[in-house]
Amino acid sequence: MPGLTDMEQAALMLSLRASAQAVLWSLPFAIALGWLLGTKRFPGHALLNAVVHLPLVLPPVVLGYLLLLLLGRNGPLGAVLLEWFGIRIAFSTEAVVIACAVVGFPLLVRAIRQSAEAIDPRYASAARSLGASEPRIFLAVTLPLMAPGILTGVTLAFARAVGEFGATITLAGNMPGRTQTLPLALYTVSQSPGGDMAALRLCLLSLALAGAALLLSEALSRHTAPHEVRPA
Amino acid sequence: MMTVDLIHRRGEFCLDVALSLPGEGITGLIGRSGSGKSTLFSCIAGHLRPNAGRIALGSKLLFDSARGIDLSPTLRGVGLVFQEGLLFPHMTVARNLAFGARRRGTEFWHEVVDALDLAHLMQARPGRLSGGERQRAAIARALMAEPDVLLLDEPVSALDPDLKARTLDLIASVQARTGIPMIFISHAPEEVRRLCDRVVTLADGRADLPAAACLRPAAGQAARPPLSLVRRPV
Repeated sequence: MPGLTDMEQAALMLSLRASAQAVLWSLPFAIALGWLLGTKRFPGHALLNAVVHLPLVLPPVVLGYLLLLLLGRNGPLGAVLLEWFGIRIAFSTEAVVIACAVVGFPLLVRAIRQSAEAIDPRYASAARSLGASEPRIFLAVTLPLMAPGILTGVTLAFARAVGEFGATITLAGNMPGRTQTLPLALYTVSQSPGGDMAALRLCLLSLALAGAALLLSEALSRHTAPHEVRPA
Repeated sequence: MMTVDLIHRRGEFCLDVALSLPGEGITGLIGRSGSGKSTLFSCIAGHLRPNAGRIALGSKLLFDSARGIDLSPTLRGVGLVFQEGLLFPHMTVARNLAFGARRRGTEFWHEVVDALDLAHLMQARPGRLSGGERQRAAIARALMAEPDVLLLDEPVSALDPDLKARTLDLIASVQARTGIPMIFISHAPEEVRRLCDRVVTLADGRADLPAAACLRPAAGQAARPPLSLVRRPV
């Protein structure tokens, strides 16, 4: 990419790749949770909702540290993964994806939950009276009606993941070419003597990415708007 | 023959009906808002579980609290058309009709599409249909599943008078052509007089004696037999 150094290009590509993977991996869980929280009432609903939204209000460094305690080589999950499968999560590229997924997850669930709440439950009643099974109702009726929320959530979570800093640096470190994402590269060059121009370049790049994500989100929600969810 | 004998309480309101309806023609169910008409439909369709009672459609037992029977809405064979139509907005009319259709593309399919004048609308999305077209498509969608009985919950109440009259005629026509018995909710007596063979009045959760046993006897035929309606002792 013209105008960017190799390190900056690597950071940009890692940010985009890790954010896309994070959203992709967390999407099925987010759809399930968003639908559950938006359409069902059960004991523990409020608690589950609070736990899902916790990463929104916790400082990202705290999140990263908690993830490090869990996934570090001595952590309860990290030790098992290392001993049984030889997988080391902390300070790896996978750790970047996990950090991105955790910070973007609440935004994804929130948007999907809101779209699930907006669906008139009588659509499902109508489908049941037409003989449709519950899985068919979910796949053919509920899921397409949740599509605007899913698209909005995907865009917001992706944008949040691209901008992720605190959890990533705590869990994955700041290794150029391996775990250094765009915000980490920006932080690194901004701390280096003579790095002002590079910092400005990466700053503008971050702004462009965030702006593009928001414009895309807007365009997608406008594109899906004609599908009324609640009848007039 | 459909027999409904149920009690359903919700807060202060108590729906308490015992009636049997012949398995043919169109039965009107009239009553003021809040009289329990839609609640009764929800109980028959299986979307609401009555506190106690028994609902049977011919020999098929849909609900029997004493025997612990509560058939799933998917197995009841009860079609339901809502006031707003509730066509799936992301599907074309054709896909809506095909959603529950047992015999897509057959003579029955074409019969319903023709009777409800939908042939030119099959590729349209619900958002582009007028109110009358939406209701006709919703009725067609419910009929395509070939239910044993079709419940119509105020399907024309949101339409203007001309469209209302035309839609009522189309409902009568499609009922005659398919032979599927219908129960039609309305709070407009003139709609019931125009469309229905018999009428049940619901007031404060209780079914009352029919306002008129037979409203629409076919020309040259004896009036349809009146529905048997038994009021539960207070």
